[in-house]
Amino acid sequence: MDAPANRTVQSVGQGREGELLEVAMGPQHPSTHGVFRMDVVLDGETVVKLKPVFGYLHRNHEKIAENTSYLGSMPYTDRLDYFCSLSNNWAYALSVEKLAGLQVPERAEYIRLITAELTRVLNHTCLVGFLLQDMGALGTPLMYAFREREKILDLIESLTGARMMCNYMRFGGCRCDLPAGWLDEAKKVVAEYPRFLDEFDKLLSGNEILMARTQGVGKLSAELAISAGITGPMLRASGVDYDLRKVDNYGIYSRYPFRVPLGDHGDVYDRYMIRMLEMRESLKLLEPALNDIPDGPVVDPKAKLRGFRPKPGEAYGRIESPKGELGFHLISDGSPNPYRYRVRPPSLINLTILEDMCLGQTIADAVITLGSVDIVLGEVDR
Amino acid sequence: MLGTGILKGMAVTAKNFVGSYHDSEHPLTTSEYPEQRIAPKENARQFPFLVHDTEDAMKGLRCVACQICEKECPPQCIYIVKSKDKRADYKGQMQLYPVTFDIDLSVCMSCQICVEVCPFEAIKMDTEFELSNTDRFGGLLVNKHQLAKPNEHYRKIHPTEAAVSDASLAVEVAKAQAKAKADVEAKAKAAAEAKAKAEAAAAAGPIGTAPTAPAPKPTAPAAASAAPPAA
Repeated sequence: MDAPANRTVQSVGQGREGELLEVAMGPQHPSTHGVFRMDVVLDGETVVKLKPVFGYLHRNHEKIAENTSYLGSMPYTDRLDYFCSLSNNWAYALSVEKLAGLQVPERAEYIRLITAELTRVLNHTCLVGFLLQDMGALGTPLMYAFREREKILDLIESLTGARMMCNYMRFGGCRCDLPAGWLDEAKKVVAEYPRFLDEFDKLLSGNEILMARTQGVGKLSAELAISAGITGPMLRASGVDYDLRKVDNYGIYSRYPFRVPLGDHGDVYDRYMIRMLEMRESLKLLEPALNDIPDGPVVDPKAKLRGFRPKPGEAYGRIESPKGELGFHLISDGSPNPYRYRVRPPSLINLTILEDMCLGQTIADAVITLGSVDIVLGEVDR
Repeated sequence: MLGTGILKGMAVTAKNFVGSYHDSEHPLTTSEYPEQRIAPKENARQFPFLVHDTEDAMKGLRCVACQICEKECPPQCIYIVKSKDKRADYKGQMQLYPVTFDIDLSVCMSCQICVEVCPFEAIKMDTEFELSNTDRFGGLLVNKHQLAKPNEHYRKIHPTEAAVSDASLAVEVAKAQAKAKADVEAKAKAAAEAKAKAEAAAAAGPIGTAPTAPAPKPTAPAAASAAPPAA
């Protein structure tokens, strides 16, 4: 068919220069790490305004917890940040222990430190893989990261019975003791892990494309980070020395020396490097802890599984989860259910700063900035 | 020099690629699932089952329908109906039993809390993970006939845990047997004592000065002491 003679090809945007374009990225966009939406206003490719929209994965976690027993909320905490269920368990157990005044036996403290640090390694391994995926390094880095993650997941599975939904910690200790031979397996994994980190560093950290893509992108100043309540690797990448493991000295962290890596620029590259360095520090913590772990019970004999009713009161327990400060605020009225149960989720609060980091940058940079925040929507929306 | 970082990275990928064929330190990490199966870990947990001790699954269920698991289950996926009558459990004590015991597979989140709170070692976690079903509603509501599995199965999938569980049950049975034996002995002893006293009283009768009046007295306390074990 011939086109009519008088018809000319016109570009869609002709005559509309300078107009702003509003794009809804998500909730089905593959780079938003789940069901998260960014309402972005674009001037060409530049971000003029960005509104994070969340709540698509809201599961009523806090209200469900107020209608179930203290123990019954433990498996639900696994489902907050589903990469780090053991850290979530610890934070919740810590706040209930504060509320009920339970003591954790020595061996359980060691198991908690070991599992929490394994979880940190696990989370950061996944994160660097996903971040590189967001940058367009499709497949290879993520595949290598997941190959290593599998080794830790195997350890966690043989200890807790589940790969991700561990439901392992209990008020006043842990659910069960380490299975036979577990420590040797763990030592082997920890000893071999630096080889993977070296490989990953060789693969990417010096890569010119990665540097050009991430340095100076998504900058966050220390002042803004502090005033917005940012915690975790995000805050430390901006150069603020604040790590709850050092500040609160919960568990047995004060017994082992470890360093807190800090960034200079607060850009995406710093956040990537912070995670790589934190993994090495976690491995340094794991090695002596795996050797020093004493024998003994793993749960406080005073702790009751059924009919657990803490005295009326209030408690806030917090830990340095791999994503930042994870806290549980509980109010008890003496009944078997908490009167109020509130989670302070690190990834939600770290996400609030997203617009400030993305303004004036291109839409592709917004994607990797979001990737470097390290969010898990299970925790953001709860 | 610009590009060295990229070349170094490419060398790593090349090493991994070639290594997956030849290098024992970089083997393939995947396995071909339906043909190759990795044995589940001993602690693995997927879905609960009800333990039974005897040949007839329904008669040997350890569950006494106390409904603790139903109450504690966080997603509330267990449904139990108690029986009206009682039957003897593994140690001979009369207990209720579940007329209905359903678990909704689509709601269960494999948290193992039912197992932890059960005081009777009656519900345990299975390691079976291929649980898909073509029936969306009825097929996912698992009833007590499907849930019942013998104790041998538990011993097979969780040997360490099962040993502990069996030992604690053996202690319970031993206690129950010891109590029953003690009861029987106490009864026998009380009866013997009563008999001896009665005989003594009878023997004392012809010789003694006050023969008939105190004779019924010793039998009454003996009968009283024999009464509680019989109940």
